[in-house]
Amino acid sequence: MKRKIMLMMSFVLLILSSQVFADDATINSGDTAWIIVATALVMMMTPAGLALFYGGMSRTKNLLNTFAMTFVSYCIGSIIWVMWGYSLAFGPDVGGMVGAPTHLFMNGISVNSVSGTIPTFVFALFQMTFAGITVALVLGSIVDRMKFSAWIIFAMLWVTIVYCPIAHWAWGGGWMGNMGALDFAGGNVVHINAGVAGLILSMFLGKRLGYGKEAMFPSSVTLTALGAALLWFGWFGFNAGSQLAADGIAASAFLVTNTSASMGAMAWMLTEWVVNRKPTVLGIASGAVAGLVSITPAAGFVNLPASLIIGAVAGVLGFYCVAILKHKLGYDDSLDAFGVHGMCGLWGALATGIFASPHINEAGTGLLYGNIGQLWIQIVSIVGTILYSGVATIVVILITQLLASGLRVTKEEEMQGLDNALHGERAFEL
Amino acid sequence: MKKIEAIIKPFKLEEVKDALNAIGIQGMTITEVKGYGRQKGHKEIYRGAEYMVDFIPKIKMEIIVAQDIADQAINAIMNAANTNTIGDGKIFVLPVEQVIRVRTGEKGEEAI
Repeated sequence: MKRKIMLMMSFVLLILSSQVFADDATINSGDTAWIIVATALVMMMTPAGLALFYGGMSRTKNLLNTFAMTFVSYCIGSIIWVMWGYSLAFGPDVGGMVGAPTHLFMNGISVNSVSGTIPTFVFALFQMTFAGITVALVLGSIVDRMKFSAWIIFAMLWVTIVYCPIAHWAWGGGWMGNMGALDFAGGNVVHINAGVAGLILSMFLGKRLGYGKEAMFPSSVTLTALGAALLWFGWFGFNAGSQLAADGIAASAFLVTNTSASMGAMAWMLTEWVVNRKPTVLGIASGAVAGLVSITPAAGFVNLPASLIIGAVAGVLGFYCVAILKHKLGYDDSLDAFGVHGMCGLWGALATGIFASPHINEAGTGLLYGNIGQLWIQIVSIVGTILYSGVATIVVILITQLLASGLRVTKEEEMQGLDNALHGERAFEL
Repeated sequence: MKKIEAIIKPFKLEEVKDALNAIGIQGMTITEVKGYGRQKGHKEIYRGAEYMVDFIPKIKMEIIVAQDIADQAINAIMNAANTNTIGDGKIFVLPVEQVIRVRTGEKGEEAI
């Protein structure tokens, strides 16, 4: 009798526990909760962090226009993504180049769909915020002179034609990931991509009237510093969230992200202090962003000492590109999308190939741990990103020029200020 | 009646106001202005873009006084605003045709 009861009880327990295990085997609530929060953090980076960061550096007469372009970038990214962007990036692989349109309008994805240990909706939304901010980064090169209608059309096309394929290559089962390229949170996909696109767009648009002669004061370094702080805060979601799990690697990514940002800020500040004799708040804020950009591809692969180096180099490199190189080469990358995001993203992608440690993440082994080939793979992925981003952005620009009847505002509008001319608004009532 | 326009350094505003109040001048108008004379401007650098800022913030103070206390007023301003450095400012004296108080319609020196 006792044996029968024991058997019955263990049978019941087995059934009950299998129910519990069935849930755990699919969705992990800890991972899910974290990635939902990370998604919200990255969302905030665009209409709040980046808008303030860029807006504060824009001239007062164009501040709202910068905000407008940034805000709609996120909205456009959101809508394009759920219509076809997600499928293009993460649908079933087609030739290593793009995802199939299986999930157009999120078709086939339900509340029960799971990606890894989190609901697919959460995964898709997390990735969506990356698309939104990447296109927003591009506008940093072209503030003060682009038609708003042209920007909207550009953004829609760019997310579709440029962002989604590169995201697929790195993360969606495409050739870059298959080749073994390491890009934890978007050195290639986000920063190099946006930096190159911004540079090219700035060349098509031409320099601002009075560039190099007229004084162009930032409207508010205060807003920029606040924006940088919000970007830093959100970047924890960007980098630590890219682990797609609440685990040790996410924690490590969190650690190196903060360290690299801090080193970048101090390094830029110190460099500026030596070269220009005064440390500026704009420099400190810019340095932090440079550090954050460069740690992005490396976040889940490198250890603490590596992040100290990565951030320090980023601060100095960023300062050089923005304060010296840009003026030497003469292009008007207005808010340094190429100088900070492009170049520091490039450094970060290379640094990943050098410093990736299998002790942190078994998925990545870099030069310092005996894998010389990784650096070569990184270089190939960087060149691939630059080439595709460059060419595809040109295509998008040409189509946009047609559809929007030109990219640039008139001389009168530019002199008047875009807030007034395009939006009929004033940034401040002083 | 005279109009006294004084360009002074902004941090001297309270001192000048107190000095004028002390001699019986109870009203004035001020504007925040920018300008330069012999005082040099300063350099600002934003991410490597260097700008010379030539215009320096100043306060323009305007008072209307009766002829007989004009000199007193000028001396009060001079003593209070002086720091013995370039950029202390200038005082201009102009004649005034008429002064009218809006509430009562009083004219002339009574309206000051």
